[in-house]
Amino acid sequence: MKRMLLTGNAAAAWGARLANVDYVPAFPITPQTEIIESISNWIDSGEIAGCRMVTMESEHSMITAAGGAAAAGVRVFTATSSQGLLYGMEMIYTVAGWRVPFVLVNVSRGLATPITLEPDHNDILAARDSGFLQIHCSTCQEVLDSTLMAYRLAEDERVRLPVIVNMDGFYLSFTREPVVIPDPESVNRFLPPFEPENIRFLSGQPVSEAVAVLGGSPYSYFRYETHLAAMNAIPVYEEISKAFADIFGRAYEAVETYSTEDAEIVFFMIGSFATKAREAVDRLRDAGKRVGLVQPRLLRPFPEDAIRRVLTGKKGVAVIDQNLSVGKGGVLHAELASALYGRHGAPRVLVSFIAGLGGRDISPEEFYEMASVTGKAAEDGKIPPPRLLYTAAELKEVRKLQAVAHVERKGRSS
Amino acid sequence: MSDPVFKTMKDLPSVHLLGAGTSMCAGCGGLEILHEIYDIMGEKTVVVNAAGCMTLLANYPFTPFSGSWLYTSMASAPAGAQGVRDAMDILIEKKRIKPEENLDVMILTGDGAAYGMGLSATSSAIERGLDFLYLCYDNEGYGNTGQQYSEATPHAARTATSRGPRGFLGYKKDLFDIWAAHRPAYAATVIAAEPLDLARKIEKARSIKGPRLLISLSPCPIGWGYDPKYSIEIGKLAVKTGIWPLKEYADGKVVHTHFPHPRLSVEEYLRKQGRFAHLFRPERNEALLKEIQAMIDAYWERVG
Repeated sequence: MKRMLLTGNAAAAWGARLANVDYVPAFPITPQTEIIESISNWIDSGEIAGCRMVTMESEHSMITAAGGAAAAGVRVFTATSSQGLLYGMEMIYTVAGWRVPFVLVNVSRGLATPITLEPDHNDILAARDSGFLQIHCSTCQEVLDSTLMAYRLAEDERVRLPVIVNMDGFYLSFTREPVVIPDPESVNRFLPPFEPENIRFLSGQPVSEAVAVLGGSPYSYFRYETHLAAMNAIPVYEEISKAFADIFGRAYEAVETYSTEDAEIVFFMIGSFATKAREAVDRLRDAGKRVGLVQPRLLRPFPEDAIRRVLTGKKGVAVIDQNLSVGKGGVLHAELASALYGRHGAPRVLVSFIAGLGGRDISPEEFYEMASVTGKAAEDGKIPPPRLLYTAAELKEVRKLQAVAHVERKGRSS
Repeated sequence: MSDPVFKTMKDLPSVHLLGAGTSMCAGCGGLEILHEIYDIMGEKTVVVNAAGCMTLLANYPFTPFSGSWLYTSMASAPAGAQGVRDAMDILIEKKRIKPEENLDVMILTGDGAAYGMGLSATSSAIERGLDFLYLCYDNEGYGNTGQQYSEATPHAARTATSRGPRGFLGYKKDLFDIWAAHRPAYAATVIAAEPLDLARKIEKARSIKGPRLLISLSPCPIGWGYDPKYSIEIGKLAVKTGIWPLKEYADGKVVHTHFPHPRLSVEEYLRKQGRFAHLFRPERNEALLKEIQAMIDAYWERVG
């Protein structure tokens, strides 16, 4: 065990290294590239042995190769971001149906258009219904630890599904934090070598994988099987999380809570901005407000029971969506509403906020305001429409850019 | 060099490995070539498939293959092959499986994928030196969806999306030359109607490691408009008229494995197919027929 300052990307690479992965199909994309560069450098310098990396010509091919290799029975790691995840989306859905266990780290980045490098969660939420399980991280330590946990989850015979470990671009990918790197012996105890059993292509044991079906009945059968396997991942995750805590002393609940016990108003969100929410909770508590934070780490499967448990009896929930379902609003808001609607003791109001798109910061004042708006809605029962966070100063900045663009255009045409 | 295994038709395999009763159309030229190749490749193969007609071969819970199968997508079969090949190499290297448990990786794709959507993945797999056999069954159109024109459609052919009086206005893309420009270990054109030529090419391809690619012109009764019983005859005419040259690329050189002599008029080939009927009825389109013949003549003059 040693402690180092690592970026989120380096932490992901360390996770793959400690998991003793056999195979890494890769394709560069900002802000993920440091992950595959780290692994490549370790292979070239001989620091890790027995790992083969192949740079493919696209993410679509990369995910196909990852699925193909996992279907042949090796431990596979891969990583991408944003447009890359979308470019490979056909294969994200496809390989999940192959029921092959492997781990993909996605470094979230806002989607075009406009094109940007900075983070939000529309990329990862586009993969929400694919069959990949999703673990969302908010610290660099979590990225490393979740990668190890993700292999146990993916490879468990009750699950057998690929897993995405998600972190935010820039805020985690390029931010150095102190990270404990577990020693390989402990990791081996937690995560023994992959035993693929029936996941094989071998001579004399013919297998037909991913065959066509005719009609809705066999189609539904296999889709339901995949869903039920994903649901199995809830109790399996709990076992894994206990085993991880036993060996490494760090516990990761499927649903993290912070100061929720006596809270009346709760922030509900995923990703690295949740660390800012914690800070805001502390300040609000200092001011005598009973505010807390609920942060699901596991988003697929959606741990509804655990979420209901921690939210029962709360007055209001401020759902902070770092994504935008255009024409609807926040994705998490709808997810949470479906988990709570009509349940005894469910919070009276869920107020929807859109924040942090394309890396836009969420200030402490905005957290205070969200708590206050939610508190008021809980009092009077009037739920405001989804709020798109934006400040007057920001609008002024954009107006300034527009003015510059206007002058530029006029200057060119004259 | 040792004597070739396939000297005469009698040397071709008499045991057929691909099961019958699949959902392919009667007279399918693609299925014919697959039969012939699979008989030689044997069941120690994993077929990695791209979306196309042949995707319907493995239909839960039935498969005509005695070996393994992996369907991928339309664009990325070569990438699936890369993953499977690399994984098997890793497993052998790490002694997790025995060398005799190894499988050959064979890609099965139509022209829709091979000439278009899957070309980038194919190009890159060749560039990486992937050890695979690649079979494109080329029925010169998006056959599985009802024969719309593809990048493999020949000039003047009528398809579901080129119904005008001159048929398809474009020209068939030269995929063989595109492959050859990558300098793969082996590339060849084949056709089911010439099984001996095919068997020799497969034998040669099997003796080499690296990217080995085959395009088979695959007559399609439904898409081309003819009675299924003429599939072999039309295939033979494609060779005899010189519109489908049989050739191979190896060691940096292109060699023709058959010179049609005397070369028949292309009309013999065209007039048997509904997709070219507009060249003959209601009246002969002399200009188009001449243009097609001239292209073939120019080809053979160039390689002659």
